[in-house]
Amino acid sequence: MSVLIFIDHTEGHVKKASFEVLTYGAKLAEQMGTSAEALLLGTVNDDLPALGKYGIKKVHQLAAESLNQMDAQVYASVIAEAVKLVGANVLVFSHNQTGKAISARVAARLHAGIVSGACALPDTSNGFTVKKTVFSGKAFAHISISSPIKVISLNPNSFKTIAGEGLAEINALNIPVPASSVKITAVNKIVGEVPLTEADIVVSGGRGLKGPENWGILLDLAKELQAGTACSRPVGDAHWRPHHEHVGQTGVQIAPNLYFALGISGAIQHLAGVNRSKVIVVINKDPEAPFFKAADYGIVGDLFEVVPKLTEEIKKMKASA
Amino acid sequence: MKILVCISKTPDTTSKIAFTEGNTKFDEAGVQWILNPYDEWYALVRAIELKEKDPSTIIHLVSVGLADYDPIIRKALALGGDEAFRVNAASGDSYYIAAQIADIAKKGAYDLIFTGKETIDYNGSSIAGMVAEMLDLPYISLATLFELNGTTAQITREIEGGEEVAELTLPAVVSCQKGMAEQRIPNMRGIMAARTKPLQVIEPMAVDALTSVLSYELPPAKAGVKLVNPDNVAELVRLLHEEAKAI
Ligand SMILES: Cc1cc2nc3c(=O)[nH]c(=O)nc-3n(C[C@H](O)[C@H](O)[C@H](O)COP(=O)(O)OP(=O)(O)OC[C@H]3O[C@@H](n4cnc5c(N)ncnc54)[C@H](O)[C@@H]3O)c2cc1C
Ligand SMILES: Nc1ncnc2c1ncn2[C@@H]1O[C@H](COP(=O)(O)O)[C@@H](O)[C@H]1O
Repeated sequence: MSVLIFIDHTEGHVKKASFEVLTYGAKLAEQMGTSAEALLLGTVNDDLPALGKYGIKKVHQLAAESLNQMDAQVYASVIAEAVKLVGANVLVFSHNQTGKAISARVAARLHAGIVSGACALPDTSNGFTVKKTVFSGKAFAHISISSPIKVISLNPNSFKTIAGEGLAEINALNIPVPASSVKITAVNKIVGEVPLTEADIVVSGGRGLKGPENWGILLDLAKELQAGTACSRPVGDAHWRPHHEHVGQTGVQIAPNLYFALGISGAIQHLAGVNRSKVIVVINKDPEAPFFKAADYGIVGDLFEVVPKLTEEIKKMKASA
Repeated sequence: MKILVCISKTPDTTSKIAFTEGNTKFDEAGVQWILNPYDEWYALVRAIELKEKDPSTIIHLVSVGLADYDPIIRKALALGGDEAFRVNAASGDSYYIAAQIADIAKKGAYDLIFTGKETIDYNGSSIAGMVAEMLDLPYISLATLFELNGTTAQITREIEGGEEVAELTLPAVVSCQKGMAEQRIPNMRGIMAARTKPLQVIEPMAVDALTSVLSYELPPAKAGVKLVNPDNVAELVRLLHEEAKAI
């Protein structure tokens, strides 16, 4: 019996979302009185034993080069095999793009119940109940899993990473890797930008910016804060900004520490994608804009004046810190 | 070409979210039900576009739900589905739903199975992967583009921090999101035709549900916005730094 945590990596490095699930899985194992172990498919350049600092005892690695490319079908078969070999009864993923591609598939293969989009540690006092976000972040549900093996995928940015001391033992797995029937012909990574779902701070713009030519002030603010950038749906639809920046019910759902909404009215469908942000700042010239009701801080004013000042003030603060 | 599109019913995006019966049931009072936007705008419309290019294409729809699903299914038929199956069961468990869909899919020998990226009420993103596993088919998640050349599909999908293009030979399961197609509105001819298109009701096969909802909860209300004067932006920075500790 153990909690097995799936480590996601890209370009040779373990992803930030994985540190969150490692911490989460280690806490869960502690709560259940079992051990926390991790599973890594493929190869990374990072120091794997050091992952022990998140509270895991072992990293099981299946170091086949072909696994550096994720194919859901192949992954599901080897992960399910690893779960059996290791004897895990709880499997934890991040609910990021990779997790969304594989977690449910693995669950089906193991005949395991899954709660995806989990946002807190399970209640294991009586059964196994996991809290998840539903209605696009507008509510939570407590879901009980009844199968012997349980699968959880954890919302990114919903569990704080805790790093302590410790080294993990590395165990090389020997599982045959089936051939993939999917050929990846191109990979386009957005370079030089903070990935939206991993960003601590997000600066987002709406129709209030009037046109793509005005995005400079938003990008300056984002740069100063090392923030990811996002936009409302009409902005994406009008191609003022690339489609992957569109947040909301029908776009990307994010939960950063800090979300800046510049010239966004705060329609319910927009809020559905951002209302799990810890702190929301709204800058809008209309005091009646619905976004103010969902905000923690706000300025009623012209964003074209306020935003450059804001960037300046942040610079000043940093200089004096 | 035979395409199966998985269709679910969700509350309208503007619905007030509330719960009844001691927070164990979604409060349906005054709620408008719609076709899940991802299923409608992206999965179904892309399937219709493929049929427009190759008129020999057949589009089947499948829903797991009770009779209250029928208006939603009729709308999907009006948009352009040819025939629909409704598995007569009410269940929220993803494994249960996926098993019913996989059963229909096996019998129909489809080249392509489209789902939405997620339901906007349950937000599972689970059904498609499960169906693919049950059928042992390749699965491409979060697709933003889908091109077909004979039986070779070229699919662009979202990955962390970017996208990648995958090539595979059908059959396959694909979950669809923004980029795949543009929203359409059913026309009068479609609506008339939908009335007579076959909607077959099928009794579910026995499958154990692996999860169940015990209760719901609303997030705590925000304390209220703290407004800062536009002439005092420095104060906002101070608050974010000292009070919120966010920068
Ligand atoms: C089914 C469905 C799904 C949807 N999904 C999404 C989604 O995922 N994401 C999404 O964002 N939307 C979504 N929408 C659209 C949503 O309803 C709104 O139309 C949209 O969010 C509005 O975008 P906006 O706030 O940029 O524009 P507007 O509503 O036009 O707001 C612009 C705001 O800018 C302010 N402003 C203007 N000039 C200035 C200035 N100089 N200084 C400061 N403020 C200024 C205005 O006061 C206004 O509040 C969806 C709609 C539907 C029906
Ligand atoms: N009851 C259902 N009947 C048919 N298809 C469904 C049902 N529930 C979900 N789906 C499909 O599976 C997709 C993902 O749903 P989910 O895993 O619940 O987020 C949806 O976008 C639909 O295409």
